Amino acid sequence: MSALVAAAALAVTLAACATSEREDGAGEGGAGGSGGTLVFGAPGAPDNFDPLFAQDGETFRPARQMFDTLVTYKQGTSDLEGGLATEWTPNADFTEWTFTLREGVKFHDGTDFNAEAVCFNFNRWVNLPNAAAQTQAIYYSDTFEGFTSNQASATGTPVYNSCTAPDPATAVVKLNKAKGAFPAAFGLTSLSMSSPAALQQYDADKVEQSGEAFTYGAYATDHPTGTGPFKFESFDRTSNVITLARNDDYWGEKAKVEKLIFKVIPDENARKQELQAGTIDGYDLPSPADWESLESEGFQVLVRPVFNILYLGINQKNNPALQDLRVRQAIAYATDRESLVRTQLPEGAVVATQFLPETVDGYAADLQPIPYDPEKAKQLLAEAGQSNLTVNFYYPTEVSRPYMPNPTNIFTALAENLRQAGITVNPVPQPWAGGYLDSVTANGTHDLHLLGWTGDYNDAGNFVGTFFGRNKPEFGLTDPAIFSEIATADSTVDPAGHTAAYEQVNRDLMTKYLPAVPVSSSPPALVVREGVSGLIPSPLTDERFYTVSKG
Amino acid sequence: MLRFVLRRLVQVVPTLLLLSLLVFAWLRSLPGGPASAFLGDRATPERIAELNRVLGLDQPIFVQYGRFLGRVLTGDFGASTITGQPVLAEIGRALPATVELSVLALVIAVALGIPLGYLAAQHRGGPVDIATVIGTLIGVAVPVFFLGYLLKAFFAVELGWFPPSGRLSIDVDATNVTGFVVLDGLLTREFDASLDALSHLVLPAVALATIPLAVIVRITRASVLDVLGSDFVRTANSKGLAPGTVRSRHVLRNALLPVSTTIGLQVGLLLAGAVLTEKVFVWGGIGTLLADAITLKDYPRLQALLLLGALVYVLVNLLVDLSYAIIDPRVRL
Amino acid sequence: MSTTWATRRKTRIDDLSAGRSLTSEAFRRLRRDPVALTGATIVGVFVVIAALAPLIAPHGAAEAFPALQENLRPGSIPGPQDGFPLGGDQLGRDFYSRMLLASQQTLLVGVLATVIGLIVGIVIGTLAGAFGGWVDTVLMRVTDVLLAVPSLLLAISVAALAASPSQTTVIIAVAVVGVPIFARLLRGSMLSQRDSDHVIAATALGVKRPAVVLRHMLPNAIGPVIVQATLTLATAILDAAALSFLGLGDADPGRAEWGLMLAQAQSYLDVRPALAFYPAIAIIVVALGFTLLGESLREALDPKGSR
Repeated sequence: MSALVAAAALAVTLAACATSEREDGAGEGGAGGSGGTLVFGAPGAPDNFDPLFAQDGETFRPARQMFDTLVTYKQGTSDLEGGLATEWTPNADFTEWTFTLREGVKFHDGTDFNAEAVCFNFNRWVNLPNAAAQTQAIYYSDTFEGFTSNQASATGTPVYNSCTAPDPATAVVKLNKAKGAFPAAFGLTSLSMSSPAALQQYDADKVEQSGEAFTYGAYATDHPTGTGPFKFESFDRTSNVITLARNDDYWGEKAKVEKLIFKVIPDENARKQELQAGTIDGYDLPSPADWESLESEGFQVLVRPVFNILYLGINQKNNPALQDLRVRQAIAYATDRESLVRTQLPEGAVVATQFLPETVDGYAADLQPIPYDPEKAKQLLAEAGQSNLTVNFYYPTEVSRPYMPNPTNIFTALAENLRQAGITVNPVPQPWAGGYLDSVTANGTHDLHLLGWTGDYNDAGNFVGTFFGRNKPEFGLTDPAIFSEIATADSTVDPAGHTAAYEQVNRDLMTKYLPAVPVSSSPPALVVREGVSGLIPSPLTDERFYTVSKG
Repeated sequence: MLRFVLRRLVQVVPTLLLLSLLVFAWLRSLPGGPASAFLGDRATPERIAELNRVLGLDQPIFVQYGRFLGRVLTGDFGASTITGQPVLAEIGRALPATVELSVLALVIAVALGIPLGYLAAQHRGGPVDIATVIGTLIGVAVPVFFLGYLLKAFFAVELGWFPPSGRLSIDVDATNVTGFVVLDGLLTREFDASLDALSHLVLPAVALATIPLAVIVRITRASVLDVLGSDFVRTANSKGLAPGTVRSRHVLRNALLPVSTTIGLQVGLLLAGAVLTEKVFVWGGIGTLLADAITLKDYPRLQALLLLGALVYVLVNLLVDLSYAIIDPRVRL
Repeated sequence: MSTTWATRRKTRIDDLSAGRSLTSEAFRRLRRDPVALTGATIVGVFVVIAALAPLIAPHGAAEAFPALQENLRPGSIPGPQDGFPLGGDQLGRDFYSRMLLASQQTLLVGVLATVIGLIVGIVIGTLAGAFGGWVDTVLMRVTDVLLAVPSLLLAISVAALAASPSQTTVIIAVAVVGVPIFARLLRGSMLSQRDSDHVIAATALGVKRPAVVLRHMLPNAIGPVIVQATLTLATAILDAAALSFLGLGDADPGRAEWGLMLAQAQSYLDVRPALAFYPAIAIIVVALGFTLLGESLREALDPKGSR
C-alpha cells in the first residue's frame, strides 16, 4: 500500500517536472530559442560518416548536418540554391563549370575552405585508389561514371576531367562530356566538401575489405570534418547514439540547438513510445497508421512533399505469359490502386499515372491512370490465352520504405485484386536485405515484385533511366528501342528539349511497353513534439536541423 | 584427468569444424548477403556482382571457407556485414547488456518463484496454490513481444515510472569501465548512472522473467511437496521439532537442490533466449546480434557467435563432468 | 527355468495392474482438480470452434468488403457495424470471420508441429533407448546440443533455412524445437525399462527386438509423452506467433492465424487495439488451457505426487 502511494507520489512529481520543463522551454523559445539538446529518433544506424561512402538515408542524415555542398537544395524543395558556391556557370556546351566560392568559410578543423580545397575533393574522388573504396562511392560513380584507374566494375572514362583554381574564390571543373544531371547533382550529399587536411591526416581513402565486410579509415568513423552547422562529437556504439555539437563558427545561420543527438531505435513501436514517454523530441518515418493519433496527442506530423514512386514490377524473363503486353495491361486493370492509396497510404498519397512523381520535369500531365476494371482484365487475359495465369509475387519483409510504408499490406491488397481477376498468386516474402533485393534486382527469380525509388534530385532520368535505361534482371525488358529513347532523352541538354523528350518516354512506357505498373507516390513524414519548430520537411528527405529550435 | 580433458578438447575440434562448415555452406546457398544489405534501394545486378567479387564471395565455397578458417586461426573473426564493426568488439559490447538483463530477470524469478512455489506447496489444492499456478502460467502464455509492449504502454508511457527502452538515458553521462552500466556507475561513484541504468532494466527484466518464474515456481512446488512427504520430515515432525525449524532446516534445504539445478539451466537459456525482449526494448544484446545475423545472413557475426557459443557449451559440459568426478569418486575419467 | 518364468510373469502382471490402477487413480483425481477442469474446458471449446470454424464464419479470411473499405484509412479502421460484429481489419476484411477461421489455422499449426516433433522425437528416442551403445551416444549428443539452444533461436534458425517463409516452414521450425524434448523423454523411459522384468521376460520368451520395443516398451512410455505433447502444443502456438512477429510467419494472405494477426496488428495498436488484443487474448487463453491441462496431467501421472 505504502509502495503504491509512493509510486503515485512519484508519478505526480514526474508529471509536475514534465510540465514545468515544458513551460520553461516555451519561455526560452520566445526569447530566441537557442540552446538545448534535440534528440531525434532514427530507424537505423549510419554505415559511416564520410558522405562519399554513403548511400542510404540513415547515413546521409548525420552527414547533411556536418557537411556542405557547392550547390544545395532550397530547404523544403528540390530547387537549387547556393551552398559553398554562390554562383555556378556552365560554358556553352556544358562541359565546364565555374564556381564562385563563398569566402571566409572554415572547416571544423580550422583550415580554410577555398578553391584549392574544392579541387582537392574532386581529385580525391576520381583518384580513389582501390576497388573497395570505388565500390563504396556509389553516388560518385553514378554521376561521374568512372575513376582514373577503374578497379571495380565502373569501366567508363570519368566524366570529370580536371579542376583548376585560378584564384582562391574560383574553382573551374572541366568535364569530359556534358551530362543532364548537372548542376543538380552537384548538390548530392555524397559530393560534400571535406577538409583536405583532415582527409589526409585520418586516412580517408583507406577502405579495406575485412573478411566479408568493409572497414573504413578513421576519417569516416571518428573524424568527419566538413564546414556544416554541426560538428561531429561522438558515436556511442553501445547505446547507438550519435552526438553532434553546434559549430559556432558556421558561415551561415548558426544552429539553434547546442547539441543534436540521433538515437537509433530500429523498432517502430519503440520509437513511438519513446516519443510518447518524452525521452526523444521526434523521429523519422512515423507509420501512416499513427499520424492521426500522434496529432491528436499533440505531436506535430510534418509531411514531406511527394518525391517518390512505388511500382508493381513485372519480370518478363521467367514467365513467357508476361511478355505479352495484354497480360501486363490486364495486371494493371486488375489492381485497384485507387482503394490501395486511400486505405493503406497516408493522406497526400496519389495514384501514379507514370513512373515519375508530378513535380519532376518530364512528367507527362496528359497521362491518365489506368482505371480499375477487373472485367477488362479478365477479357485481356482471355484474349492472350492466359486465363489460368500463375505468378510468383515477391514482396519484402522487415522493411519500411518512404514509398512503401507497409509492404505486407500493399502486397496483400494487390494479391487479392489479382486473385479476383482469376490470376493465381504464389506469395514469396523475403527479408529486404536478407534475400529480397538479391532475388529481384540481381537474380530475377520473381514474376511480380514491389519496389520503388526516392528521387535524388529533380531529373526524370534519375527515375525512368534508373528503372528502364537498360536490360536488367529486375524487369527482363529487352527492347533496345526504349533504351535508346531514354539515352537520347538523357543526353538532350537544353532544358525544354530534355523535358519534352522525357514526357514522350513516359507516354511510350505507359502505352507501348508497360514494363511495370506504377502504383503510387506517397509522402513520408517526420514527427516532432509540441514546441519543436523550424524543422522543414524536404521532398529529398534532406532535412537540415540547424534551423530547428526546441521550445 | 588431464588426458581426459585433452581428449575431450581434441574431440570437440572436428565437431566445431563440421558445424561451422555446415553453417557456412547453408548461408552461402541462400540469397541475400552483404552486397544487397549495403546497397538497399540502389542495388543493381552489376553492383551486387562487383561487391561480391571485391569481397571474394564469388569464389568457390571451399576457398572462401579456407580463407575464413585461416583468419579465425589468427584470431581475426572479421567484421559484421551489417555494421562493418569487428564482430568480437560487437560481442564484447552486447555481452554485458545481456548478462545484466539476464541476471536481473533471474533475480526476479528466483526471489518471487521460490517463496511462491513454497507457499503453493504448503497450501496444496487451496486457492493460494491454484492462484499461484494459474497466475504464473498466464505469464508464460502471453506472447513476450506483446507483454513487452503492454508493459511499456502502461508503465513507461501512461505512468512514466520507467523509461520505455534502451539502457541509459541520453542526458546521463556514464563512464564506461566494464560495459556493465549498473556496475560502472558503482565503480565510478556515478550513482545516478547506476540508478538510471537500473530503471531501464526493470521492464525488460520483468518481461523476461515470466518464463523462468513459472518454471521455478513449478519445480519448487513439486520439490517441496516431495520433501514434505518424505520420511525424514515425518520423523522430524514426530520428534516434535518446531514447524519453523523443520521448514528451514529440513524442507527448504532439501527442496532447493533440484531448484538450483533448474536455475542453472535457465541461465543458459536466458543468455541467448532474449531475442523478443531485446527487440521490443531495443536492448542490443546477444539475442539481437544473433537474430539479426540469421535474418540478414551476416556470416562473420554468425560464425563468431556460433563458435563462441559452442566453446562455452563444451567448456560448461567439461566442467560438469569434472565436478562429478571430484564429487563422486566412483566416476573415473 | 519355468519357475523363473512364472514369477517374472506374475511380476509383470502386477506391474501392469499397478499401472492400471495408477491411471484410473490419476483420472479420478483429475476430475476433481479445478486446474485440470479449467484446462480441459478451454481446450475442448477451442477444438470445437476450430473444427466448426468454416461453418460458423460468415465470410472468407481473404475477402475484402466495400462496406469496410469505404471508411478505412491507415489511421482509422472501422469498428463493429451491421453484418460485421467485430468490425473490419486493416485491409477491410471481416475481423469476426478471421478470428474464427484463425482458430483452425492456429490449431493446425500447433498440432502439426507437435505431431511432427513427436514422431521424429519418438523415432530418435526409441532408437537411442532401444539400442544403446554408439547409436545412443551419437543421437543424444545431437539432442543435448539442440536442447542447449533456446527454443526460439532454434526455430528462427530453421525458419531462416528456407529462402522464403511459408506455413510449412513455420510448422517445421516449431516442430524441430520439440524433437529433442520428446527424444530425451522417450529415451529415458526406454532405458529405465530395458532392464525391467517385463522386457526381460518378453525377450526371454523369444519376442523379436522390434516387437519388444513397439509392443512392450513404447506403450509404457507413452504417458509422459502425452503430457509433454500437451505442453508442447502451447509453446508451439506461442513460438509460431513469435516467428510471425519476427517476419518469419506464414506468407499467404488468404489464411488467418492468430499469431500472424497479432504480429501484423502491431502497427495498429494506437489505431484499433482490438486487432491486437483479440488474437492476443485468444492465444493466451488457448496456450493457458493446454498448459494447465498438461501440468495437471503431469502431476496426476506422477506417482510421487500421490503421497
